[in-house]
Amino acid sequence: MAQQAGAGRRYVRAFVSGFFVAVPVTVTVLDRFAYVARVEGASMQPSLNPEGNVTGSDVVLLNRWSVRNYQVRRGDIVSVLSPKNPQQKIIKRVIALEGDFIKTLGYKNRYLKVPDGHFWIEGDHHGHSLDSNSFGPALRTPWRARCSVKCCVWCSHGVSCQVFGVQTTQMNVVWHIRGFFFFQVSLGLVHGRASHIIWPPNRWQRIEPSIPPERMPLLNWHADATEDEEKD
Amino acid sequence: MAGGDMFRRVLGKTLGFLGYTVQYGCIAHCAFEYIGEFVACSGPSMEPTITSHDVVFSERLSRHLCRIEKGDIVIAKSPFDPHMNICKRVIGLEGDKICTSGPSDVFKTHQYVPKGHVWLEGDNLRNSTDSRSYGPVPYALIRGRVCLKLWPPHNFGALNQSPTGRIVKRSD
Repeated sequence: MAQQAGAGRRYVRAFVSGFFVAVPVTVTVLDRFAYVARVEGASMQPSLNPEGNVTGSDVVLLNRWSVRNYQVRRGDIVSVLSPKNPQQKIIKRVIALEGDFIKTLGYKNRYLKVPDGHFWIEGDHHGHSLDSNSFGPALRTPWRARCSVKCCVWCSHGVSCQVFGVQTTQMNVVWHIRGFFFFQVSLGLVHGRASHIIWPPNRWQRIEPSIPPERMPLLNWHADATEDEEKD
Repeated sequence: MAGGDMFRRVLGKTLGFLGYTVQYGCIAHCAFEYIGEFVACSGPSMEPTITSHDVVFSERLSRHLCRIEKGDIVIAKSPFDPHMNICKRVIGLEGDKICTSGPSDVFKTHQYVPKGHVWLEGDNLRNSTDSRSYGPVPYALIRGRVCLKLWPPHNFGALNQSPTGRIVKRSD
């Protein structure tokens, strides 16, 4: 009996000491070095989630060590804490850094300068097709309009969508909606840089920084003469 | 072999020492990240509640559990420079209507705090750059809630309520 009690106490002590090693180390690694996250949604197609959630979402590895000094580069895919919901993280591509002049598509100001301490992120996906089953009969009438923030499921991210085309089939109306996801966020909200896609195995790859050529910033206010790019 | 033995002992001790360092470093990170941290404040924007060179303790649990309330003093990352921290009071939460015109203006202007943001103002209204100049601040930039003043010792203890009367009343 005494031997069993002794062995039990030893196991408890081993468990407790193991717990106090494993939990802080795991939490520190997830907070400071690397983080793994599943990508949901279609806003980054075709780079991430090219088939949508049908065949399984992509899982990406987020490098938190490389953004510890808030250093991001244009073209990186980063995850940021959402300014609309502090418990949600959004994953988008960095298009412009502080001081850049950019041409926006659909935002209220046509050209804008990214303020200090902020950067401009956009999703890669530039178009959606949508079934009226998602919206219900109220939207069956074709109209060309700018939808308000609340009515569109993608507009919950707070950007404008333009309804620009309609196809009627026998059963339902298919809306072609050009939804564009863009944000100007503070650098303090950056969470991690997506460096690799690690699942599914046929999509193992390193994510390279790249900007679509039509979205390059026009010029940089802070750049020195050797780095200035001026585009018409 | 005496040399090999000593080498193995030194290696074992070094690895043990490194292991302890890593373990205690991780525990320290968890404590500072999830429990609270000590902050030395500088600047006049929170006088008379907090003066320059005061040391306060800011707890992190409220921020992670989303329990920051109106009237709390918070430490947040500056929206224009992520390496700098600002210490201000929460005047309004998301959905509140903030009066943005000065007390001497004839026409009152208002602004609604958007979803996921807070409105921060310093207690020293005349000498504070806060949401009145840069707008509402995303909640996710908040680092912690100041709960205790630690230095100077004659001012030790909880912090006072807002002296400005700018906190938005509960809106229906």
